Amino acid sequence: MKKTFVLEDLCCAHCATKMEEGIKKIDGITDASVNFIMQKLTVEAADEEFDAIMKKVVKICKKIEPDCTIVL
Amino acid sequence: MTKKQKKILIRIIVATLVGVASYITYRLTELPIWAEILLFVAPYLVVGYDVILSAGKNIIHGQIFNEKFLMVVATVGAFVIREYPEAMAVMILYQAGELFQSIAVGKSRKSISSLMDMRPDSATVLRNGEEIVLSPEEVERGELLLVRPGEKIPLDGVIVEGETTVNQAALTGESLPVDKAPGENVLSGSINIGGLIKVRAESVYTESTVSKILALVENSTEKKAKAENFITKFAKYYTPAVVFAAVLLAVIPSLIDKQWSQWIYRALMFLVVSCPCALVISVPLSFFGGIGGASKKGVLVKGANYIEMLAKTSTVILDKTGTVTKGNFAVSGVYPENGVTEETLLYKAVLCEKHSSHPIAKSVLSYYNKPVPEDDASVQERAGYGIERKEKESILLAGNALLLQEHGISVPSSSVGTTVYVAENGVYLGKIVISDEIKPDSAAAVRELKELGVKRVVMLTGDSEKTASSVAEGVGIDEVKAGLLPDQKVLETEKILATGGTTLFVGDGINDAPVLTRADVGVAMGGIGSDAAVEAADVVLMNDNLSSLCEGIKISRKTMRIVRENVVFALGVKLVLLVLSAVGIANMWLAVFGDVGVAVLAILNAMRALRFSKK
Repeated sequence: MKKTFVLEDLCCAHCATKMEEGIKKIDGITDASVNFIMQKLTVEAADEEFDAIMKKVVKICKKIEPDCTIVL
Repeated sequence: MTKKQKKILIRIIVATLVGVASYITYRLTELPIWAEILLFVAPYLVVGYDVILSAGKNIIHGQIFNEKFLMVVATVGAFVIREYPEAMAVMILYQAGELFQSIAVGKSRKSISSLMDMRPDSATVLRNGEEIVLSPEEVERGELLLVRPGEKIPLDGVIVEGETTVNQAALTGESLPVDKAPGENVLSGSINIGGLIKVRAESVYTESTVSKILALVENSTEKKAKAENFITKFAKYYTPAVVFAAVLLAVIPSLIDKQWSQWIYRALMFLVVSCPCALVISVPLSFFGGIGGASKKGVLVKGANYIEMLAKTSTVILDKTGTVTKGNFAVSGVYPENGVTEETLLYKAVLCEKHSSHPIAKSVLSYYNKPVPEDDASVQERAGYGIERKEKESILLAGNALLLQEHGISVPSSSVGTTVYVAENGVYLGKIVISDEIKPDSAAAVRELKELGVKRVVMLTGDSEKTASSVAEGVGIDEVKAGLLPDQKVLETEKILATGGTTLFVGDGINDAPVLTRADVGVAMGGIGSDAAVEAADVVLMNDNLSSLCEGIKISRKTMRIVRENVVFALGVKLVLLVLSAVGIANMWLAVFGDVGVAVLAILNAMRALRFSKK
C-alpha cells in the first residue's frame, strides 16, 4: 500500500532529507519520500503492517523535527 | 501570510523595538552586569524562545547539528563572551530570515500549484432531470454532465448535446481553441469557452486526464537529479565538518594567544554559516520550478533527473509515423491521364471508395468533400487489391497496381506513398497518391534541435526507403534507417546508444514502447488519451508537436543554469564568509546573512525556473 500524507509546519529542508532517511530505515518500509516543496510524505509498506509502521514514522518525524506534524 | 507567520512577525517587531531601546540604554548608562544581561535577554527570549525550545527537544532526541541548535549555541556563546547586543541581534535576524524564507517557499509553492491550476473544483450532474453540483470525485462513469461556458470540464467524456469551443491550454500548452461537436471527445481540465454542452462522463475522476497529469507532475520530485543527490550527500558532510572546524578554531589559537573570547566569537560565526539550507531548499525547488514551467508548455517531465538529461541531449532519434508525420493518411496528389480532368478522376474513385471503410477510402472521400450520389451498382471489395464496381456494362476499378494488372491494364510505376489507380472499362484514368502528411512544424523543430547543439538527428521507421527518405528530405533529417521491424528499431537504437552521449528517443509509444524505455530519455508524443505512451515514457509532449521538445530542452537548460548558479553562489558566499570569519574580518551580522540571506536569495533565483518566456 502506498499512501500520501500532508506534513504541517515542515519548515526545514535539511530536516526533510533526514526524515526521509530515517523513515526509510524502518523495518517493513518498502519506500518512503518526503517532498519538502509539496509538504508531502509518501510511505509504501505492506498492508497488514501499515498502521504499526506509521506509528514509528510519526515517532521519527517528532524526533527530527518536533514542530512538524503528520496529518493522518 | 499564515497565522503562524504573522505571530512571528509580531514577535520580531516587538523584540526589535525593545532591543533598540535596550541598546540605547546600554550605551548611555552605566549598569551592573546582571542588568545589562537582562536588557538583552528579554527581547532575545521574546523572539527566540521557540528556537531554544526546539533545540532543547532536539538535544533530548540526540539530534545536534541542526540549524536551531547551532543558532542557540552561537547566541548563548555570544552572551557568555559578553557580546550581548550581538547575541540578541543575531537571533532577531535569524528569525526574520527564517520568516522571509518560509514566505518565499510558500509563494513558490503557490505559483507552482497555480501553474497546475487545471483541477476542476466541481461538476454539475444531471440526475433524474435535476441539476446537482458535486465534487468531480463523486461523479460516476456514464453520468450526464452539464458544462456551462467558462467552466472547466470536470471529467473526460463525449459531447451528447451542444456545440462548443474548448481551450486545452492547461493540458497541451496550445492556446489555440479547438471546436467540438456532439460525438466528439472532450478532456477534463480543458475550459469550455463556447456554448452550453452536455457531456457523458467516460471516466471517473481518478482515471481522468487531469488527475493523471497532476499526479505525474507532483510525483516527479521523487526521481531525484544527480545534482540533488550531490547536495544531499554534501550537506551530510558539510555541517559536521564546519562544526568540527569551529571547535578547532575556538581551541587551538586560544591555547597559543589566550584570546579565548575572540576565537570563540569567530568559531560561533562558523556555526551560523554551517547550515546548508540554501542549497538543500533551492536546488530541488529549481528542478520543481523547471518541471512546472515545462508542464505549462505542454511538456510533462517525469523526474528531475530527466531535466538534467534533456539539458545534455546530444542525439535525437525520431520515429517517423505519428512523430515527424501526422500518422493519418491524406491525399497528397491527384494525377489524371491526358484528357481526363482531376474532377472526373476523383469522382470515379469516389464512386468505388464510398462503399469501403478502409482508411485509404476514407481519405479519398474526405479529400473529395462533396455529397456522394446514391446508386445501385454492385460493388466488390477485395482485400489487398481494391474495389471493383459494376453498373450495367461498365466496370470501374479503383485499387493498387495488382488489381489493374489482373484486368490487363498496365500502370506507371509507383511513387512515394500509397497509390490508388483508377480505370474504367479497361482504360487507365489516372492515380491518386495518398501519403502521410508531415506535421507543419516538424521541419522547423529539426532545424531548432540542430541550432540547440544536438549533434545527430536520426529517423527510424518501418516504412519503405522511398517514403522515408522523402519525409527526411522534407524536414531536413540527414540520417534515416528505413524498413525496420520493431525489434530492429531497438537494435538500431542500441547501436546509437553505444556511441555515447545522451540519446533521446521520440515516438508515439504505440509500437515503440521497448525503444522508449531503452533510450536515455524516452519522449512520447500525444500523451492525451494514450495511456501506453504516458506509462512508458519519461517525457510526454502533450500537444503532439516536435517543437515542444525544443521548448523542453530550453527549459531544462535554463533550470540547470539556475541550479549551477545557486550551488556556486551559496557555496561561494559561505566559503568567503568562513575565511573572513576565521581571520576576524566578518561579524556575526554578516554570518547570519550567510545563512538565511543566501537561502532567501537562492530561493528567489530558483523561482526563475518557473518563468519561461517564448524567447
